[in-house]
Amino acid sequence: MPEAVAENVIPLAPFIGLDADDRPYLHGVKCAACGETLAIEVRRACPRCATIGALEPVHLAEQGKLYTYTVVHRSFPGVKVPFVAALVDLDGGGSIKGNLVGVALDAIHFDMPLRVAFENFAAPGESGERHIRHVFQPIAG
Amino acid sequence: MSDIFVVGTDMIKFGRFPDRDIEDIGAEAALLALKDAGLGIQDIQALYCGNVGEANRSLGQRVLRHVGQTGIPVVNVSNACASGATAFREGWIAIKSGLYDLVLCLGIEQMGRGLLGGGASHGGIPTEGIVGSGTMPSMFATLGVEHTRNYGTSFEQFAKVSVKNHHHSILNDKAMYRFDTPLDQVMEAEMISYPLTKLMCSVNVDGAAAAILCSERKARELGLMARAVKVRGSALQSDPYTAHNLAMMDFNAVTRLAAAAAYEMAGVGPADIDLIELHDCFATAELLHYENLGLCEDGGAGALIDSGETALGGRIPVNVSGGLLSKGHPLGATGIANIYEITTHLRGEAGARQVEGARLGLTHVVGAGSSCAVHILEKA
Repeated sequence: MPEAVAENVIPLAPFIGLDADDRPYLHGVKCAACGETLAIEVRRACPRCATIGALEPVHLAEQGKLYTYTVVHRSFPGVKVPFVAALVDLDGGGSIKGNLVGVALDAIHFDMPLRVAFENFAAPGESGERHIRHVFQPIAG
Repeated sequence: MSDIFVVGTDMIKFGRFPDRDIEDIGAEAALLALKDAGLGIQDIQALYCGNVGEANRSLGQRVLRHVGQTGIPVVNVSNACASGATAFREGWIAIKSGLYDLVLCLGIEQMGRGLLGGGASHGGIPTEGIVGSGTMPSMFATLGVEHTRNYGTSFEQFAKVSVKNHHHSILNDKAMYRFDTPLDQVMEAEMISYPLTKLMCSVNVDGAAAAILCSERKARELGLMARAVKVRGSALQSDPYTAHNLAMMDFNAVTRLAAAAAYEMAGVGPADIDLIELHDCFATAELLHYENLGLCEDGGAGALIDSGETALGGRIPVNVSGGLLSKGHPLGATGIANIYEITTHLRGEAGARQVEGARLGLTHVVGAGSSCAVHILEKA
């Protein structure tokens, strides 16, 4: 269950949506023509099958499996390293990138089950946590 | 329809030239290629100028101010790292259309240092390290790890690409770096994004390369056939939809599309190719492209690099120029520097790094976003 967030929060990824109570969720689309689920916003045509007007908004699952990743050791000034940049296949469709946290590097394995968690985030130089991002966490057990 | 030939080509030695004007860098390559063909700018009917950093600033026209402003049509071409090869293909298409006989294709880049990419932002702030990574090294690292997932490819196997390509460039006086990097040195270098160490990432350098394309009719008329190299196949594709494409930039599917189209146009297969210059922007990429270009079956890239067959003297030499890893990767220039390299071998003029008996060569570049251009050249 996502935590309630502060007012006027700003999502840090295009697929993070806020519901009527400003609770975050993952938003995607399902194509009524080809059946594909995609982690994008509603567009005029489906990128997979090119059918016009067939994309319908859906909530994406908030868990999935690790598909691939890298451990980033060197980055721009101010970026905290190392961090794990992961690509996750969400259950039921849609794939998204994000940081994998809460796991030792040598415990990472392909297809490990992960859950999506949302976090408030303060941008550098800002007071107050006005941004919200998602992270992937291992599912215990 | 008659054939189209490369009748002149050259490149400048890649390096760092922060104090030179980019127009002068481009003009140097253009004049070298014209000299190689025995032609002048007055003979050229159109200019295709591939470049990334100044894509919207009329770079081709600015170069003509250093070469000769003849008023010819100039098209400035940008397709990320595939810009140079796209410019070459556009020149080829222009001659194929029947409108022109002689065109100049130029690739130029003047770069700063440091990481490429990562400029992603959302919600008003940069998201690098907060929501995954968008840098080029991490993108190609992730693709390498995907290959490990699918086929068990090891860090060591990826690192061998750097050993091979750095060794090759010792024989290439146009390369930026020209020294051996033993395997342990590659693997112990600073880790950028696993499994890519600093020595497994291509270097941001400045450079330019140029190629002159000519219709068969005009080449015969001008007596240029002795050193002419035929363009046997040309292909350019964008990334087709794949399941992960929207989250992870694709370079595999787009390469397979372009390679298939080029092989079909040329009427040849991978086994017919004598040497290849492919897009080793990062060491992981080279192994992916062994499979994408059909040099081995899917999953066979690790065994292929282990076998040594893709080194100079092997069955299918790859990146004997030193590749992007060692020769350098000025983004817009690379696609035409590859043409220069293959052409030089097909002419028998590659000196110490000559691939003996080379008759058919293949060039390959990919650009983020994505594009892939593949050309197949044949000794005339």
